[in-house]
Amino acid sequence: MDNNLGIYICSGCDIGKSLNVERLVNTAKDSNKPVVCISHDFLCGPEGLNLIKTDISEKKINKLVIAACSMRAKQDVFNFDPLTIHTERVNLREHVIWISPSNDNNTQLLAEDYVNMGASRAKKAAFPEPLIQDLNKTVLVVGGGVTGLNAAINSVKAGYNVVLVEKKSNLGGFPYSKYKKWETVPPFDKNIWIKEGLDQLINSVENSEKIKIYKNSKIKSVSGAPGKFNVEIEASAEDNKAEAATETIGSIVVATGWKPYEAKKLDYLGYGLTPDILTNVELEEFYSELSDKGKSDSFGVVRKSNGDKVKSIAFIQCAGSRDENHLPYCSTVCCMSSLKEAALIRKNNPEANVYIIYKDIRTPGEYENFYRKMQDDEGIFMVKGAISEVSYDKGNNIIDIKVKDTLFGGDIDLNVEMLVLASGMVPNSGDDVLNQEINLNSNSAQSASGASCPPSIPVSTAQVAKSGLLNLTYRQGKEMPDLAYGFPDSNFICFPYESRRTGIYPAGSVRMPLDTVFSVDDAKGAVLKAIQCVEQTSKGKAVHPRSNDTTYPFFDLPRCTQCKRCTEECPFGAIDEDEKGTPKYNPERCRRCGVCMGACPVRIISFKNYSPDIVASMIKSLYIPEDPTDENYRILVFACENDAYPALDILGLNKINLSSNIRVIPVRCLGSINNVWYADALSKGIDGILLLGCKFGDDYQCHFVKGSELASYRMGNLKETLTRLVLEEERVRQIQLEFTDYMKLPEIVEDFVNKIKSLGPNPYKGF
Amino acid sequence: MNELNNENPVLIIGGGHSGVSAALEITEAVNKKVYIVEKKSYIGGRVLQMYKYFPKLCPPFCGFEINTKRIKSSTEDNIKFLVSSTVEEINKEKDGSGYKVKIRQKPQYINDNCTVCGECAKVCPESRPNDFNYDMDTTKAIYMPAISTYPLKYTVDENYCKFTACKKCEEACKYGAINLNVQENIIELKVSEIIFATGWKPYAVEKLDNLGYGKFKNVITNVMMERLAADNGPTGGKILRPSDNKEVSNVAFIQCAGSRNENHLPYCSAICCMASLKQALYLREKNPVSSPTIFYIDLRTPGRYENFLNRAESDKNIKFNKGIVGKISEDNATGDLLLDVEDILSGKKNKFRAEMVVLAAGMHPNIKDDLKGIKIDGDIKIDIDENGFIFNENFEAGIFSAGVAKFPLDVYMSGQSATSAALSVIQHKVKL
Repeated sequence: MDNNLGIYICSGCDIGKSLNVERLVNTAKDSNKPVVCISHDFLCGPEGLNLIKTDISEKKINKLVIAACSMRAKQDVFNFDPLTIHTERVNLREHVIWISPSNDNNTQLLAEDYVNMGASRAKKAAFPEPLIQDLNKTVLVVGGGVTGLNAAINSVKAGYNVVLVEKKSNLGGFPYSKYKKWETVPPFDKNIWIKEGLDQLINSVENSEKIKIYKNSKIKSVSGAPGKFNVEIEASAEDNKAEAATETIGSIVVATGWKPYEAKKLDYLGYGLTPDILTNVELEEFYSELSDKGKSDSFGVVRKSNGDKVKSIAFIQCAGSRDENHLPYCSTVCCMSSLKEAALIRKNNPEANVYIIYKDIRTPGEYENFYRKMQDDEGIFMVKGAISEVSYDKGNNIIDIKVKDTLFGGDIDLNVEMLVLASGMVPNSGDDVLNQEINLNSNSAQSASGASCPPSIPVSTAQVAKSGLLNLTYRQGKEMPDLAYGFPDSNFICFPYESRRTGIYPAGSVRMPLDTVFSVDDAKGAVLKAIQCVEQTSKGKAVHPRSNDTTYPFFDLPRCTQCKRCTEECPFGAIDEDEKGTPKYNPERCRRCGVCMGACPVRIISFKNYSPDIVASMIKSLYIPEDPTDENYRILVFACENDAYPALDILGLNKINLSSNIRVIPVRCLGSINNVWYADALSKGIDGILLLGCKFGDDYQCHFVKGSELASYRMGNLKETLTRLVLEEERVRQIQLEFTDYMKLPEIVEDFVNKIKSLGPNPYKGF
Repeated sequence: MNELNNENPVLIIGGGHSGVSAALEITEAVNKKVYIVEKKSYIGGRVLQMYKYFPKLCPPFCGFEINTKRIKSSTEDNIKFLVSSTVEEINKEKDGSGYKVKIRQKPQYINDNCTVCGECAKVCPESRPNDFNYDMDTTKAIYMPAISTYPLKYTVDENYCKFTACKKCEEACKYGAINLNVQENIIELKVSEIIFATGWKPYAVEKLDNLGYGKFKNVITNVMMERLAADNGPTGGKILRPSDNKEVSNVAFIQCAGSRNENHLPYCSAICCMASLKQALYLREKNPVSSPTIFYIDLRTPGRYENFLNRAESDKNIKFNKGIVGKISEDNATGDLLLDVEDILSGKKNKFRAEMVVLAAGMHPNIKDDLKGIKIDGDIKIDIDENGFIFNENFEAGIFSAGVAKFPLDVYMSGQSATSAALSVIQHKVKL
């Protein structure tokens, strides 16, 4: 490959006033031997741009260094075909002149270093070679309930084929056993029959030529990657005769729904004492069966224990939910469910009294209409309180409920004939096998506010302790990693469908407690992500969060030592391994974060435009003055491209000064930092290294999930290296920084620079 | 799905979180053109004015940065933005192929040459109330609307710029980026689908006479509280009350200010409980001696958000009072507020003194008001319910909604609804 380097230095936006641009051009020429090196006072204007374009066509410039503003600005102007031209942006404005004193030798040295680093990277960078391939685009939908049926039919409507796998003999899932649901359109204040709509949906799915249905079936295994999943399907139980099959699949929607919380664990609320104490699901099933027998208006009329007419019935809300000993979360649907059931009882049996005992009534949005209507019903009593005891008087066949902390101030006793426990939803996200979470001792990093982070955060990098649902053949475990309580990711507020297994998207109540109304929407969203994944992947493009990135890591396997770090640490389970432990990389599962590159101790993993060698050459290009004066300290900063780098930009926009001792290298993720860079930097004479990256822990903000946490963990190994070199471990520090923490940067940097100064210069300087 | 390319584009009205999300989800799945019409001069919407998102307490700019990167890195360049623009007319095409839409774009005084160097604002002699900070401070009449915007450029406030009488900014700009003589643009587009992603505004809480907003300086709204807490807000992230810039510790949060009230917003705005819990935590973090009190009817923290409620409840300085605030009056001497509270749990009537009151103003969907300004061909059915939401999509017509235009939703669920709307658009394309 020809390397025709062109360096273009903009002197606009006061760059020319603050720096000696002539000197900058000369040092850039001397250090980098470019084909072209010029300055212009308005590089992003038509004339400046034209200069570059002319050089590209006449001088065959294919490695551009644009030393001007941030890579976040004017991207639409400096926009050249990435497959034939490498564009390296050097940030002389936000990261140099806007945060440093004008016409100052240190500012000049800062600019020169940045230009040289940019040129070094441009020279080493190769062009991406997108992995364009014909891929299978069939959507596999696991689960034939409301969410699964909607996912299937909506995939077809978008033009895609579907394979639907349902473990039971019939489609329809959980709600099929339900009697009625609430109105699914505004004003949400009526009850409607559920079965009619569902029957129609089931019919259209069953009659669709584009949907292949496997009933009585489950997934035996899923191997491969998006666009080329190999899915083995088998009978869901030994006693059914469903035949085994294999399907090639593009992407997967997991719509396995929920199961009711185990009723026998609700014995503290009287479950088991009498048939008249039953869960909300059992209530629906009981009356649904009667209705199937022709007694269509029997809901809430017949008493379960003796067939008499019911006179009083109570609901206990949050039976098991919002309780740290049971389900710590709110199951979301139970308030509306109980109100709906209360309405049905009152309609069919107007003499019955209904009591709803609750902590908070949760009827969000326009569902409030339904609650308001119920509040107007004189036969429905809303009782805010906590249950102190439920007992059963067998002689009188009466249930006694003691409620404390009521609105009336005191405790009350309720005697009712039936009691419904509004029990919660548990996601069907696979069966727990054994918990092999590894506790990796992460070393403590400080947060921007100065507080120390939790010293030890369990990094579950490898095992996912579940099975039985997708049975992935992935090296990192059989199921989707849990976020909390069995619900899989997403942990991202802006990106609700982010999943840690590329091409596999959970939907409906397996993902979060959702009612049928919102499960339909959720199914559609997940289908969009599923088809988007195969479309992007077939064009050789990454999916979120590095959407459109056409680079991917290359593994130089002959040099691999089978240490398995990459296969363990990939946050997305993209890398399998063979029997010997050699990585088997799946580009279609990869999100291009570079965590594997950071993990590799023998540096065999690299991207075309981002590699251990490229960054090493950037570090090598730095000028390290030997004279141990304050201004000659050099601090290398690795900054997360998404948050820390923009935070530095915004500091620049606000023209707030930052120490000129620092040299910033943007990284895809702190997790992509290879430990060799620390050694490179320290042996070069860099005095300290600062990592600016995302928050980790439960509320992690790292968009590669584990990247910043892994960087922190790996610093544990680094400390041994430092000790061996007789260097203080304080010379490397990681700070968790948010996008909007830019005002904290001057203090963070100054604090670190002072620390380094107190340690004195790097003794390797000048070697 | 390249064959879809030659059809008419999709129109997305509203460039907030939902609109931008829908545009990205569509264009990353199919090679289709999307036009986003946004009334402000930048995209990102109201969420950018939030200090942090619940429940993670992470800054909105983080996700927004990823979204702008997704836009910039797209090689197909399929997302077009019309900022400072409003839709004026929607006419149904007789052949059923979609809609002809007329869009009015305010004069673009600043062109793409702008480098955000800031020289213009330095010389601008005029100032304006800063709407990004809910008018709690001012900017120059030529200004950057937020710390990071897309498109990245300055904007001119027509109501405060003196135009030809001044022109100092034009003279100061070295890049020919400012032209105060440009005219507005009228843009006509033929589109085949429309997504309403028109978002919301805080309910006009001055209509709640008894709560004193507008009369008493230290009664503010929840959206203002976000700006007070924000490091890039009018107080640099210190929670200071408006009357005397005193740092507050005793703050009352009043839930359902307008919501769940048949005379105001009959529905529950769904986000305010989480928002107030979040703001109570802001206060606790910024001021260790602070003691927020939350007055509520029901605490609504669905699903995993229950964790967030537990987190707030575990802080003993945060008090919860299931009670209705009947009336607020002001203590003239101190600027403090006196609340008449009916404690629902005890039934007692109490007085409560607070240094500042934050009203949890409900979400008022914009679409009903927006549609008043749009001339619509009578044949088009936009199914707006009595509360002003478009919950039902009109698949045949290709009219969809996302985010708070659809239902009172938080950011997470807005993203979900935008993704779902993106699929609807693709399905409609397939059918055409």
